[in-house]
Amino acid sequence: MRARSRFLPGGWLSVYAFLYIVFLYLPVIFLPIFSINTAPTPKFPLTGYTLQWYEDLPRTPALLDAAWNSLIVGISASVLSTVLGILAARSITRYRYPGRRAINGLIMAPLVLPEVIVAISMLLVMLQLGLSLSLFTVVLGHVLVCIPYSMTVLTSGFEGFDRSLEEASADLGESAFGTFRRVTLPMVAPAIISSLLVCFTISLDEFIIAFFLTGTEATLPIYIWGQLRFASKLPGVLALGTLLLVASFLLMTIAEILRRRAARRTQNEGGLYA
Amino acid sequence: MTAAAEGSAPLRMTRARRNALLQSEPVQGFALISPTFLYALILLVLPILVVIAHSFWTQHYLTIDRTFTLENYRIALTEPIYRDLLWRSLYISLTVSLFTVILAYPIAYFISFHGGRHKSLWLFLITIPFWTSYLLRVMSWKVILGYNGVLNSGLMGLGLIDEPSTALLYNSSAVIITLTHAWAAFAILPIFVSLEKVDRTLVEAATDLGDGPLRSFLRVTLPLSAPGIISAALIVMIPTVGDYVTPKLVGGKDGVMIANAIQAQFGKAANWPLGAALSVTTMVIVSLMAGATVLIIRTLQRMAR
Repeated sequence: MRARSRFLPGGWLSVYAFLYIVFLYLPVIFLPIFSINTAPTPKFPLTGYTLQWYEDLPRTPALLDAAWNSLIVGISASVLSTVLGILAARSITRYRYPGRRAINGLIMAPLVLPEVIVAISMLLVMLQLGLSLSLFTVVLGHVLVCIPYSMTVLTSGFEGFDRSLEEASADLGESAFGTFRRVTLPMVAPAIISSLLVCFTISLDEFIIAFFLTGTEATLPIYIWGQLRFASKLPGVLALGTLLLVASFLLMTIAEILRRRAARRTQNEGGLYA
Repeated sequence: MTAAAEGSAPLRMTRARRNALLQSEPVQGFALISPTFLYALILLVLPILVVIAHSFWTQHYLTIDRTFTLENYRIALTEPIYRDLLWRSLYISLTVSLFTVILAYPIAYFISFHGGRHKSLWLFLITIPFWTSYLLRVMSWKVILGYNGVLNSGLMGLGLIDEPSTALLYNSSAVIITLTHAWAAFAILPIFVSLEKVDRTLVEAATDLGDGPLRSFLRVTLPLSAPGIISAALIVMIPTVGDYVTPKLVGGKDGVMIANAIQAQFGKAANWPLGAALSVTTMVIVSLMAGATVLIIRTLQRMAR
C-alpha cells in the first residue's frame, strides 16, 4: 500500500538521480583529467600522463602573488563575515522584536540579487567616497555576499539550542558574557568553524565582485580570468583550477561534517540550507 | 555629585527604568543585530540608492551633471541594442529557471520520498559541485563545447561526425546549458525543503480515497510543494538575468547579455548613468517577471486542488 501511494516508483527515479549526478559532476571532472594530459589542448583521445603543468605553477610569480592575495582576502572576509553572522544569527534565533523578519530579509538579500548589480553599486559608492580600489574593497564586498551563507550555517547551529542551559548558568551567577563564553560558545563552536570554512571557500572562488572592486592586485579567479585569453596558458589554468576544486571540496566537506556535529549537539536536523 | 545623584530617589527610578528598557528583549535583540544590519545598509541599500540616483543624471566626460533627466531610461528602453540584450537576458533566465526546476523536481522528490537514511548524504553529493568555483564550472563547459573540445573530439573519435561542429559554443544555447548546470543545486534545495513538509498521511489519504498514484501526486504532493517551486524559480531567475561570466566565456557574439553591456558602461564606455539606468531597468523588469511567475504558479496550484 505504501509503495503504491507514491507517484513514480523509486527504481526509475534512482536511475534518473544517478544520471543527474553524472550531469552535475561530469563537466567538473574534465578539468583534472585534462590537467594531467600532455596535449596542450583539451581534446580526446588523451595523449599521455604528465605532471608538467603542475610543476610550472610554483614558477609563476604572478600566480603566487594572486594566491597570497586570495589567502589574505579569504581569511579577512571569513573572519569578518562570521563575526557579523554570529551577532545576527544569535539575535534572530534568541530574541523576538518588531522588524526582525525585514532585517533578516535585507541581510539575506545579496544571495538572490544579480552579483553584477551588487558589484557595480558598491563600486559607485566606493568611488564616490574616494576609496581607492584595493584588496580592502574586495574584502568589504566579499563580506556582504558571505554573511547570508554564514547566517544560514550559524542559525542551523543556534536554532533548537536549549535555552535552559544558559538560564541555568545565569541563575548560578555567571555574567552574560561568562555564560556566552562558557556555555554557548562551546556548543556552537563547530557551527562557527563551519561558517569560517564556508565563507573562506566562497571568497576564494568569488570572481565578479573581486573583478569590479580590486585595483591592480589580482585574486586567484582574476588571475585565471586573465589567463583564459591565451589558449597556450590553458593547461596551467586547468592545473590551477584542479587545485582550487580540490581545496573547495576539502573545505566544504570539513564544514559539512562540523555543521552536522553542531546540529546534533543542539538536536537540530537539516542540510546546509534546510 | 555621584553620591548626591545616587541619593536622589527620582533619578534612581529613571535609571532603573532605563535599565529595564535596555534589558528588554526587543532592545537587546536589535542591539545585537545592528552591526550586521548597518553593514547591509551601508554596503547594499546605500549603494543601490546611489545607483538609482545616478540613473537620473548625466555624465560629461569625468563630471556628473546632477540635473534630473529620463534620457538614460529612454536609451535603455528604446535603443535596439539594449532592448535586444534585455529581451535575450530575460528569455535566457526564464528558460534556465524553467529547465532547472523541471530537472530538479524529480531529484528533490527522489531524495525526499526515497532517500531513506541517506537524505543528507544525497543533498551533500548534489551541493558539492555547486561549491566549486563558478568561473571554473563555466570554463569546463567551454572546454566541453569548444571547436577542439571534448564533445567534438569525442564525437569524431566515435565516428559520429566527420568534422568539428561550430554550433556547440558561442551562442545562447551554450549559455542556457551552462547556466542550467551551474544553478542546478540552487533549485533542488528549496523544492526538497517544501517536499519534506508535505504531510505523508495526506498522500496516503488520497490513495485510500481512490486516487491513483499520478492523481494523488498531481492533486496533493505537487500543489503542496508549490512554495518550493516558486522559491526555486526565483532563486535561479533573478541572479541569472544579470550573469556576466557565462555569456562572456561561452556566449560569443550571439550570447551577450545585459550584464556585459552594464559592465561596459562602467568600464570602457565610461557612462555610469546609462549603466545605472540599465541596472535599474533590469532589476525592475526581472522583479515584474518574478512576480508574474509567482502569480502563475499560485493560480495553477489553486486549479489543481
